[in-house]
Amino acid sequence: MTEAIRTEGLVKAFGPTRALDGLDLEVRTGEVHGFLGPNGAGKTTTIRILLGLLRADGGRAELLGGDPWRDAVALHRRLAYVPGDVTLWPSLSGGEVIDLLGRLRGGLDPSRRANLLERFDLDPHKKARTYSKGNRQKVALIAALASDVELLLLDEPTSGLDPLMEARFREVIDDERHSGRTVLLSSHILAEAEALCDRVSIIRAGRIVESGTLAELRHLTRTSVTAELAAPPGGLTNLAGVHNLEVDGTRVRFQIDSPCLDEALRRLTAVGVRSLTSQPPTLEELFLRHYQTVQPADAAQGGNRAGVSR
Amino acid sequence: MSTLAGTGKLVRLILRRDRLLLALWILFLCLVLLSYPVSLREVFPTAAERQQYADNAAFIALYGRLSGTSLGEFVAWRAGFVPVMVALIGLLTVIRHTRVEEETGRRELVAATVVGRHAGLAAALLVTFGANLVLAALVALCMLSQHLPAAGSLALGLELAAAGFTFAAVGAVAAQLTTSAGGARGIAVGVLGAAWLLRVAGDASGQADGGLAWLSWLSPIDWVQRLRPYGGERWWLLVLAAGCTAALAAVAVALSARRDLGAGLLPARLGPGTAASGLRSPLALAWRLHRGLLAGWTAGFAALGAVFGALTGGIGDLQRDNPTLQDIFARLGGRAGLIDTYLAAIMGILGLIAAAYAIQATLRLRSEETGGRAEPVLATAVGRLRWAGSHLAFSVLGPAAALITAGLAGGLIYGLDTGDVGHQLPRVLAGAIVQLPAVWVLAAIAVALFGLLPRLAPATWGPLAVCLLLALVGAAVQLDQRLLDLSPFTHVPKAPGAAVAAAPLVWLAAVAVALAAGGLVGLCRRDMPATP
Repeated sequence: MTEAIRTEGLVKAFGPTRALDGLDLEVRTGEVHGFLGPNGAGKTTTIRILLGLLRADGGRAELLGGDPWRDAVALHRRLAYVPGDVTLWPSLSGGEVIDLLGRLRGGLDPSRRANLLERFDLDPHKKARTYSKGNRQKVALIAALASDVELLLLDEPTSGLDPLMEARFREVIDDERHSGRTVLLSSHILAEAEALCDRVSIIRAGRIVESGTLAELRHLTRTSVTAELAAPPGGLTNLAGVHNLEVDGTRVRFQIDSPCLDEALRRLTAVGVRSLTSQPPTLEELFLRHYQTVQPADAAQGGNRAGVSR
Repeated sequence: MSTLAGTGKLVRLILRRDRLLLALWILFLCLVLLSYPVSLREVFPTAAERQQYADNAAFIALYGRLSGTSLGEFVAWRAGFVPVMVALIGLLTVIRHTRVEEETGRRELVAATVVGRHAGLAAALLVTFGANLVLAALVALCMLSQHLPAAGSLALGLELAAAGFTFAAVGAVAAQLTTSAGGARGIAVGVLGAAWLLRVAGDASGQADGGLAWLSWLSPIDWVQRLRPYGGERWWLLVLAAGCTAALAAVAVALSARRDLGAGLLPARLGPGTAASGLRSPLALAWRLHRGLLAGWTAGFAALGAVFGALTGGIGDLQRDNPTLQDIFARLGGRAGLIDTYLAAIMGILGLIAAAYAIQATLRLRSEETGGRAEPVLATAVGRLRWAGSHLAFSVLGPAAALITAGLAGGLIYGLDTGDVGHQLPRVLAGAIVQLPAVWVLAAIAVALFGLLPRLAPATWGPLAVCLLLALVGAAVQLDQRLLDLSPFTHVPKAPGAAVAAAPLVWLAAVAVALAAGGLVGLCRRDMPATP
């Protein structure tokens, strides 16, 4: 089996709102897959359908070769889940919750548990009611990561963690990749996805609008070029794939569709290049492009959020 | 004062959140109060009958001592347990809007706005005080409508309000002590229980040799009862209650000024770093979540059973003294003897209280769902039925444990009293156990709503309130039998006394099973968490 998760045309409506509108998601076994989108795009709904907590109104979903609704209990032995908003039983200690959730899944590795407690610097003796949001998140993360499972479903797992703990989280996920576990990492923190994910899917209003490796996605989009030339340039404007061209004497800035980069560079060198910087698009730019071009109305919102989280 | 800034806005927030709840309990208590003059006037028309009825240990413990034999005094005496109910509602309301808000983190959100340090506490107290004054006014109007004297009617209303005031302030102090709302409720309810027991002990002693009669004066519940509505009102006792309220409120304010937001005065304890080896199933988790509730209810039922068992002998005296009353009781309760009628009536009330526990335990399912704590469990290898079953075990067996404890305690004490444990214990115990199918019907209504119409699950309290109202006032005001039949408790055999017929118990159990099954089927088909 090469696909841990596969959905086709998944539809879920909450009253008049279509939370998922024909979602096709594919996560290969053994990869860390970034599931990106702003709040309300349908990430949590998708994960809850994959967990058999919500019932899809249409389409197909397959998880670890089974039907997430029908085979929920059997499948749950093979996966671990960290909710986006972790709430715990106030009267149980963190250590008790970690052990309980691990055992309900079918067991957890005590040495991994000890190691993770140390790495995430969590005091397991405290009652859950006294934990901060970040510490509650750590409890759920440790319970999931210490479990012996094939698939991790992580819903915005770092949203309450401080930068130091976020870095620890990245180390741990890197380890997971090497141990061959599949990870579905939902996030709106793009730097995190860029650092961790083998492939990403971008969700917008309940549909996947882009999916692939970062390299593939970059290929689909534009590179920013700034050059200082020997003489004023000519012939760039009529070149296909050039956007936002600015010429200031011998200085030139433009964005270029990746397939046309080769031809553009040839024209620049023909004039004579003194200095050149070229920047591949960041995930954030990819992301913003989707949210700006498709629906200008909520682009400003999506843009702001992505900017802040950076 | 800047520490009170924003109090008015918070008052409006509380009123917005509680508008239905406040209206319902005020209306409920008014109906209960109104039923007393309506029914007592007819059942006990003469002063002698009233005096004889009230002059026994059981009723003195429950309602206090009768100050005089006018209808007003008799009604005020009969309403002797209502101040305890008002006090309970008062303290729960205050804790609900102080410590619960802090524990859930909502208080923090509000405290960061232009709101003074004491505004939250002040708003909770003001709303509770206000609701009690409204209750006092309405009760007074209800009594006036029954042609009772104005001054006494006002005093009766204020008696209830004074109990509400004092224990609202007790709740305010308790809310400062612990970090958990459950702990605060435990402390405040404990204080109320102690106050009630002091009054019972003092009055019981006053009836006998009087050596310990002074104990009553330690109890705020006693103060308000000594106000003596319709019997030469002692208005100055209101000053005592007001002074006590003010002092307690000042203590609460002082405590709250000395602590951090979210913290309590009693330190939060650490827990174990690893789970005990038994904590490995949904049932083990449910045990952790329900055991405090189970212990509290069972202890309360043991105390109630013991008190009622101890008081049963007094009913026997009443029967010997007064043949006409014996007739009245026989008419009210069927052909059985007066004691059995009394025991069966008590068991019916215990059954209704146990139903409250059953509903509370069942609604835990819903609060686990809305609180996001069901999701992590259901994302493990735990199916929905197993998860729901782990909680339902406590809604089924918890009330059973509570009722059986009450039956055992009552039967044992009454048996020791009559020197016939072997005969009385099984009879009283059976009276407690026959309530269970009716209790389970209420729990099953909660399960059905939870599975099929999850957002309406808390509405299960409605049917319980209807059952309670039908039981308390239905027989007295002679409601239509078809209306009375709506309550599952109407169909419970009146044991001990009447022969226990199996058919109604089987029917009630079948209704409970059908409702619960429907709810569980709904649960397995619906979204978790339910669509908002």
